[in-house]
Amino acid sequence: MDFYTAEELLKLSENMSIADIMRQREIVCGETDAETVELRMKKALKIMRDSAHKPISKVLPSTGGLIGGEAAKLSEHARHGKSICGSVMTKALIYSQAVPEVNASMGVIVAAPTAGSSGVVPAVLLALEEEFELDEKTLLDGLFTAGAVGYLLMKHASVSGAEAGCQAEVGSASAMAAAMAVVMMGGTAEQAFDAASIALSNLLGLVCDPIAGLVEAPCQSRNAVGAANALTCAEMALSGIKAVVPFTEMMQAMYRVGCKLPSELRETALGGCAVTPTGCAHNCRIFGGCN
Amino acid sequence: MAFISVFDVIGPNMVGPSSSHTAGAASIALLTKKMIGEKVRRIKFTLYGSFAKTYKGHGTDRALVGGILGFETDDERIRDSFELAEAAGLDFSFECADTDDDDIHPNTVDMEVEGFSGRKLFVRGESLGGGKVMLTRINGVKVAFTGEFHALIVIQRDYPGVVASITTVLSSYGVNIAYLRVFREEKGGLAYTIVESDEAISEVAVEEIKKNTAIEDIMLVKR
Repeated sequence: MDFYTAEELLKLSENMSIADIMRQREIVCGETDAETVELRMKKALKIMRDSAHKPISKVLPSTGGLIGGEAAKLSEHARHGKSICGSVMTKALIYSQAVPEVNASMGVIVAAPTAGSSGVVPAVLLALEEEFELDEKTLLDGLFTAGAVGYLLMKHASVSGAEAGCQAEVGSASAMAAAMAVVMMGGTAEQAFDAASIALSNLLGLVCDPIAGLVEAPCQSRNAVGAANALTCAEMALSGIKAVVPFTEMMQAMYRVGCKLPSELRETALGGCAVTPTGCAHNCRIFGGCN
Repeated sequence: MAFISVFDVIGPNMVGPSSSHTAGAASIALLTKKMIGEKVRRIKFTLYGSFAKTYKGHGTDRALVGGILGFETDDERIRDSFELAEAAGLDFSFECADTDDDDIHPNTVDMEVEGFSGRKLFVRGESLGGGKVMLTRINGVKVAFTGEFHALIVIQRDYPGVVASITTVLSSYGVNIAYLRVFREEKGGLAYTIVESDEAISEVAVEEIKKNTAIEDIMLVKR
């Protein structure tokens, strides 16, 4: 019960949902049982829920001091009816900012697929849950679906910013969340991969350039873009729009672009936002001395 | 490539902010704590490369101390590990190594550990990314140990037949060996046999293995 490509997974999904295929794969290849697998995913869901809500009521100071309080600001703005993004998107934005705040303050998060991109999947997951009153089973199915997409990316491309830039972190998270959203809203497996492919293509080339080398800025706000992109692409796929380039090819394209990125733009903090005068000034303030 | 679990994708569950600089650091220290097998009285951390440059902003220092206190990577007490170390009587210090040695992985930490019984241990650990870690030195000897399985680390004089005696005992206790590797500095000196297995290895089996007089010490590391 294993699969190696999106095509194999789509073939299998004629008889079984992507989520159930992923569950079976875990039980058989991971040599465990259904109950353990379900409990572990429920634990991940609980951590996601806690980390998406905590910073809304309590501002958490980050270790580098570059971020903190963004989720509370967005939440307050929405509470006063000033949101311009609509209900689902606004909720997703709030949660996408909350989780990176928890992460940067040494709180507990689920890396999904990485710590730097940990806000994207929970943001989409919980915004849809609230807006459409989805049950726990739908959420867990969503997470297993996101896991299937992420597994393919890990196997055939990369989810590491150091290896392939932010497109591999937030880009991958966004593709995972897009497929997850499609499945949660009743779309087909093909539509899930259409959404994932479009999501990945939209963020192609995104560089990893953390200020002072910390997982704070611009990482946090890119999580917002990852979540918004996921919802956008899910909506497109659900409406029947097909991805022009199939997911497998898009994944390979992402990896090739990643390999072509100079090392300055792959998590070394030697390019992009990190080397702007302001980025350098933050680095000096936090670590002392200028590099 | 090894099996990629869905929980490698939706996970690990971890204290932030960085899988390599925080979660990986905590894992290295926790593995070291399991190896020494007792409460730690004193530890000196020497940081290399990116660990040395950015440890403060990533909480690498708190994660290392948390691991030595026995905290898993998703234990929120990591954030308060310095204060908790004081309460536990753990004396810790940090040093940054100034080296451009290309052979040293950028996320490397050396640990000189002393337990409350006086037992001492030196360990070098590398954080490889995504929370994955590798111990590359135990005392003077180059090793490769990930802690992903239940493991026995046997320190022995490098005589013929020692490894055979270890595997004989383990098979009599029904332990299925996943990997077995022997590391040594020089012929006839001290050798380190690392046995990794799917099942937990019992204390009774360890006592039985110790009966071989060429064996100096055994560390039992539960996954």
